[in-house]
Amino acid sequence: MGAEAEAAVADAFRQEWGRVVATLIRVTGDWDLAEECAQDAFARALECWPRDGVPRRPGAWLTTTARNRAVDRLRRSATEATRLRELAALPGPEAGDCGGPGGVPDDRLRLIFTCCHPALSAEARVALTLRTLTGLTTAEIARAFLVPEPTMAKRLVRAKQRIRNAGIPYRVPPAELLPQRTAAVLSVLYLLFNEGYSATAGADLVRRGLCTEAIRLARCLTGLMPEEPEAAGLLALMLLHDARRAARTDDAGELVPLEEQDRGRWDAAGIAEGVALLDAALHQGRPGPYQVQAAIAACHATAARAADTDWPQIAALYGRLAALAPSPVVELNRAVAVAMADGPAAGLALVTSLEASGALPGYHLLPATRADLLRRLGRTAESAAAYREAMALTAADAERRHLQRRLDEVSRPG
Amino acid sequence: MKYMLLICVDESVEVSEEEASPEAWVKEVDGSGVRLSGSRLRPVRDATTVRVRDGELVVSDGPFAETKEQIAGYDLIECDNLDEAIAVASRHPAAGFGTVEVRPLWEE
Repeated sequence: MGAEAEAAVADAFRQEWGRVVATLIRVTGDWDLAEECAQDAFARALECWPRDGVPRRPGAWLTTTARNRAVDRLRRSATEATRLRELAALPGPEAGDCGGPGGVPDDRLRLIFTCCHPALSAEARVALTLRTLTGLTTAEIARAFLVPEPTMAKRLVRAKQRIRNAGIPYRVPPAELLPQRTAAVLSVLYLLFNEGYSATAGADLVRRGLCTEAIRLARCLTGLMPEEPEAAGLLALMLLHDARRAARTDDAGELVPLEEQDRGRWDAAGIAEGVALLDAALHQGRPGPYQVQAAIAACHATAARAADTDWPQIAALYGRLAALAPSPVVELNRAVAVAMADGPAAGLALVTSLEASGALPGYHLLPATRADLLRRLGRTAESAAAYREAMALTAADAERRHLQRRLDEVSRPG
Repeated sequence: MKYMLLICVDESVEVSEEEASPEAWVKEVDGSGVRLSGSRLRPVRDATTVRVRDGELVVSDGPFAETKEQIAGYDLIECDNLDEAIAVASRHPAAGFGTVEVRPLWEE
């Protein structure tokens, strides 16, 4: 029973932490108090659940416990009469599903929009989102972002001060601000995912776990904003990338390029879910950058063999993406797809014009792509020079080793 | 909450009188009661800098900051939250060619 109850607490922590904190912030207006009371509630659960059994609705139990704790603490500081009245007026906790009942926004939606407010720095948005919505500790977030814990602690304190001092409202933005602000939320979640995705096998588990956290948050957001196809598009994109995780590195921790990955190791269930989500999102008829990127990922994920990849379709999707969200990185990826669809010479022409435009200075994938295309055209000397150029620009070990392997290939005599 | 909008523009940038005129904006924010006070400021060449260092008063002409944009005016406004203040600031004509810095007042 003890172990079972502890597992229930751990599960509730993952499921309910964000909701408890979000509700407590709404009713107390105090971010620190909210976090502390949420922590207390989970500590109480660890004491009570093994003894009294797991409550029928763990989330409701935790919210009530945290709220009572807040009442206790505010009662001790007598000046808080107004907040106390608000707390007393707080309706009983709602049922435990994701969506808010009939037009009443879930507190977590308020929380996530506030954490991702454009008046906060990008670093602060990410840290605050993780701390308040997923319950990762300050130490864990610091480890995940490779900064010392005091630095991260200071970042979080400053972000919360800024919300209070600058008057950032705790709310879901009104309709006229919603599209822009939703894009800001999605970009924070995608950034979070990419931090985890770029972490190599040797990296800290917490760092790699950022993918899981990002997916969990995107899942929650999709539940909270079912009318927003880009939220579903982002979730689909994350699931499709994450489904390839096991095949991305070999046993020695080396990066395996997409075309060489063992597709048997891809997570079929994850791919199926991603594709289904994407189809439903596209049916809403409002495509956006995340849906298009997910469509590209789906093209890769659903090809049985690398040779079966529908490159003309991918090249067309990159063209679409370049129109929706123009960027030199998108152009580079389009060049790769065009090279696969129409031959390396066609791709190389695009890379050359991209380089001539002066875009992406110091970006190692630009010479790396040129090197690959030159190699496929049999222009080995130019290819080797480009691989060396790319290696000089990247610090990541796995990437460097991959480039070195290619360089060795083109440098081999005969 | 009270916010100070610091209207910052590069004095060397040529802007037509019509483009720069905050008249319509002032009418709007005064009409809605958002603006408590405000004024355009004389250019930087008329500014005086006051500092006290080691008990000694140092007065000199002009600001020392080498920034291109200077404070050209200010408006004190009262809003419910930052989003409202941003909305008010974004409608000021200087937001189109300069910068509007939104600073909450230090209120305890």
